[in-house]
Amino acid sequence: MTRVGLLIFGVIATIGFAAIILVGLPRVALFSVTAPPELQPYDPVQQRGRHVYIANGCVYCHSQQIRNAAFTTDVLRGWGDRASVPADYVYDRPHLLGTMRTGPDLINVGVRLPNADWHLIHLYDPRSLVEWSIMPAFPYLFEEKDPEAVGPGDRVVPVRGPRAPAGKVVVATEDALALVEYLLSLRRVYPVPEVESAPGAEGVGPAAGAAGAAAARAPASGPGGRTMP
Amino acid sequence: MSRPGEAREPPGALSVPGAGLPLEEEVDIRLRADASSRRPVLVCFTTALFWLLLGSIAGDVSSLKLHLPDLLVRQGWLTFGRQRTVHLNAMIYGWASLAMLGVSLWIVPRLVHNTLRWPRLATAGVVVWNVGVAIGIALILAGINDGIEWLEMHRYLADPLLVVGGGMVGVTLLVTLLSRKVDHLYVSVWYMFGAFVWFPVIYVIGNWPTFHGVESGAVNWFYAHNALGLWLTAVGLGAIYYFIPKVLGRPIYSYQLSLLGFWGLAFFYSLNGMHHLVGGPIPTWMITTSIVASVLMIIPVLAVAVNHHMTMIGRFSALRYSPTLRFVVLGAIAYTAVSLQGMFTALREVNRITHFTQWTIAHSHVGVYAFVTFVLFGSMYYIMPRMVRREWPSERLIRWHFWLVLSGIAIYVIALTVVGVWQGLALIDPQVPFQRTVEIQRPGLVARSVAGLLLTAGHVVFVWHYWRMVRGPAAARELPPFYGVRPIVYTEPGGKP
Repeated sequence: MTRVGLLIFGVIATIGFAAIILVGLPRVALFSVTAPPELQPYDPVQQRGRHVYIANGCVYCHSQQIRNAAFTTDVLRGWGDRASVPADYVYDRPHLLGTMRTGPDLINVGVRLPNADWHLIHLYDPRSLVEWSIMPAFPYLFEEKDPEAVGPGDRVVPVRGPRAPAGKVVVATEDALALVEYLLSLRRVYPVPEVESAPGAEGVGPAAGAAGAAAARAPASGPGGRTMP
Repeated sequence: MSRPGEAREPPGALSVPGAGLPLEEEVDIRLRADASSRRPVLVCFTTALFWLLLGSIAGDVSSLKLHLPDLLVRQGWLTFGRQRTVHLNAMIYGWASLAMLGVSLWIVPRLVHNTLRWPRLATAGVVVWNVGVAIGIALILAGINDGIEWLEMHRYLADPLLVVGGGMVGVTLLVTLLSRKVDHLYVSVWYMFGAFVWFPVIYVIGNWPTFHGVESGAVNWFYAHNALGLWLTAVGLGAIYYFIPKVLGRPIYSYQLSLLGFWGLAFFYSLNGMHHLVGGPIPTWMITTSIVASVLMIIPVLAVAVNHHMTMIGRFSALRYSPTLRFVVLGAIAYTAVSLQGMFTALREVNRITHFTQWTIAHSHVGVYAFVTFVLFGSMYYIMPRMVRREWPSERLIRWHFWLVLSGIAIYVIALTVVGVWQGLALIDPQVPFQRTVEIQRPGLVARSVAGLLLTAGHVVFVWHYWRMVRGPAAARELPPFYGVRPIVYTEPGGKP
């Protein structure tokens, strides 16, 4: 090539084309997606909790999406009773779909684990409740106070076990409480109209159908609980 | 007949523009080009190495925490979620991007037989970029980030500095290109030109604040995949296209394949991003588009692979005396490997298993480390002696660097790929409790920490060597390292090339 003009044209045309396909068209296609009546916007406390979730990088181990039961086994694992649809995320800014499942999916954690104390203890010391967990402990979201210093507004966390601070009481900070409020708000169990053909739900259509058929067979013929070398 | 040691230009390097000029004139053009880009290139490399060390430490801390979860938990800035994010941002925007700016600033003036125009603007741009990365990383440690993977640095306080700084460097390269002294644009220039146009476009789209819901997810992966494909890969391939012919003194195998590889990458790679959301709640047609484009990547990838391999073929013995070639050729092989792996991973049936597992982490390190970082190391081995007019002081340190990082990345990739598949098979089997999918990862996570420490040790060796070269007592060494290694290629005058 000898012409800079041709290079400029080609370079801009290719990225422009991709941006139209993957950014522009979805803008139009998803414009009409509205929140289901059961889905409430995050209140200020939940929103603050969402910021705590983002600030501490929860998204790097926890996804927030249920894939179609015909495609994979998220539903069978008990993480949700239907595939997630775009309408579930209308109030999410930014999205927290996630790309890793080092920990379990959280899109319905508020249904699965509805107890706020459980979450507070778990955040303070995950291994006091789940022995095999590799989640970081977040003691910096809590204060360790002398029992007599605990005020009337303080939320005391019933921590037990060897890691409980001797002679001290664990009190949740505003951040910890907000984070738990956010986690409890993660409930996407209301019915969405015709999940199977919901506009924009991945895993619909002939290609996914074929994959789904294979997926349905997989658990029976799959590796089961067998330990691989 | 001169022997092609690292520091000499083999007279047969006819693959680059200017072929046919008298040797003295050609050398003179290069010397002037090198002198003009010296300051900005050195600022790029030195700061890039700072970020490399910082990113290595953050990576090691993150890795250790995954199997020692109660390590360093008392402070928020040391938590896994922030250290991992610092690792990614320091490596991508600090180390790789700054080293790429340096390599581009050095290669482009040479290839267009020009001096770097407005070098002070370039240096200022590099400084602005660094300030942006520093602010972004400090805020991440403080718990202030945008929450979007690969775009965590602050949208208003950090990111604009990268666009402005990168733009300043881009302008100097564009002016250098427009006032060029040769007609033909060599393939490396295409890639680097493309990268400097693509990066600001995708970066601004990715950071645009109005997206929400699943659209924000789509834009996230549109950006993040293109940051790999149209920024890191583009400059990385540009450098490979420069250094393989340069060190071997042999032209690139096929001009047509270069064209196919470049335009194929521009067209197909830019559509790949949605394969990160296979199965997710975004319209099926978007994911299918990306899967198709991912598979079509086989065209440019094979074109580039054949082109590089056919240029190398018969000359692999040159790897013995050229550290540049050793790193760059391994990087080129890793590019082919990671691209084929990426295509395969994009397929729905494979993705069902590998999605959400450590497989992805291994894959990304084949790309950013075994491909891009190796190419950048190789480039620095070639460029630095021409910047400071000294040879690398120690063969031993080069060997240590090479073998530490090679063994480190090999252990890293093998360990996480294996446990990734295992974890994935467990995850899609509802009979297996989730606990098991966590326990399965453990040996891989421990092995990855060992690998991470090897990589960090390699980086420390390299930085120490770099420091000795730049700041140490004037080098006693007159000949390049490995000069004594018998070159097989050029010993026979008139012999077959």
